[in-house]
Amino acid sequence: MTPHFGLPEFGFLLRGLQWTVLLTLVAFAGGCSVGLAVALLRTCGHKGVERITRIYIGIFQGTPLLLQLFVVYYGLALTGLKLDAFVAVAIGFTVNASAFLGEIWRGAIQAVPRGQTEAAMALGLHYSSRMRDIVLPQAIRISLPATIGYLVQLIKGTSLAAIVGFIELARAGQIVSNQTFQPLLVFGVVGAMYFILCWPLSWWGSRMETRLALANQR
Amino acid sequence: MGYTLDFSVVWHAMPALLWGCVGTLGLALAGMTLAMMIGVAGVAARDAGTVWLRAIVIGFVEIVRNTPFLVQIFFLFFALPLIGLKLNPTATAIIALGVNGGAYAIEIIRGGVQSIHKGQVEAGYALGLHKGQVFRFIVLKPALRAIYPSLTGQFIMLTLTSSICSAVSAYELTSVAQRIESDTFRSFEVYFSVTLLYLAISWLLMLGFAVVSHRFFSYPTR
Repeated sequence: MTPHFGLPEFGFLLRGLQWTVLLTLVAFAGGCSVGLAVALLRTCGHKGVERITRIYIGIFQGTPLLLQLFVVYYGLALTGLKLDAFVAVAIGFTVNASAFLGEIWRGAIQAVPRGQTEAAMALGLHYSSRMRDIVLPQAIRISLPATIGYLVQLIKGTSLAAIVGFIELARAGQIVSNQTFQPLLVFGVVGAMYFILCWPLSWWGSRMETRLALANQR
Repeated sequence: MGYTLDFSVVWHAMPALLWGCVGTLGLALAGMTLAMMIGVAGVAARDAGTVWLRAIVIGFVEIVRNTPFLVQIFFLFFALPLIGLKLNPTATAIIALGVNGGAYAIEIIRGGVQSIHKGQVEAGYALGLHKGQVFRFIVLKPALRAIYPSLTGQFIMLTLTSSICSAVSAYELTSVAQRIESDTFRSFEVYFSVTLLYLAISWLLMLGFAVVSHRFFSYPTR
């Protein structure tokens, strides 16, 4: 007898949701730290380094996230390391996030008025202080709407871990759907869960964008 | 024992992979066309329609933009037969790509229409242009010029997203790759090469879009 979609199935989806959130948080934290390095290298002023980071970003923006996951997943397996599926997938998302966040922050760093850097140089501040105390605080403010936009994209992107076989929300949905033969109900619930996760962030991001635009008009 | 990379399987499978590229391009172009139609219709409904129509369009855009494409395509895969549309996986994939891209197109096109100042339309009439000319030269062309970069960027995203359609086994590059992978067990070699093929596809599209932009949207210099 096939089970109907009830509380146990809903609980299974909720556990999948937990993994989705955890995967997003790990990938976002990893992507932020590597992405900052990418953004700083991309704006460091050295022609060769800037070109290499531009190619790095271009590769990730020009290929599907799904294929990037496949390459990282099977590539890591080739190195002989016995990695947990979660770790392998998290590394894949981290690398992808580092490229996208790096490009967003590159734009933000370059959007900070040049006079700010020049003033900091005139005050005799060296590179690390100039970046940490003058440029980056302003750049983060400028980049916040786009960063939140990418976070939403990342949450949705983690659903692709399902295709590699890691059990998060989308994969949990597939499993429950196959068990209960109620695909519309199950994927409706799964979609609603993603929506509840993403929509407040989208709303927050677009509100911040409007406010930032108003502040720039003045 | 070490693993030796062997790309010869990829080389032997190249004809199939290139047909997969054709499949991906076809899927993407059909999806883009549908997305544009949904985009234009959505903007028209949102701006000219009743309060209800407007709410439906806004709700549609928010739902599509805040849920994963994978869940959308699974939902449509099971929902379309219920409303009497029994389609093959590739047609289902085109509809899913069109619906997904359409929601983004609505937002982009709306921004373009809003960027045309009302005074410019009035100036057009004052110069004696008739309605069709005003729409073509004063509304449509500048609006398209304004949204062209974000629209084509979205189209390239749509092409990359089409790889997810392999989940319902539509005919495109990733599903061809998955078949070759399960035949040869050379997972890394196959997926690495296919990633490069996708890179080539998106460069080709970028180049094509740039040529179109140069041909149609550059400002007259004479």
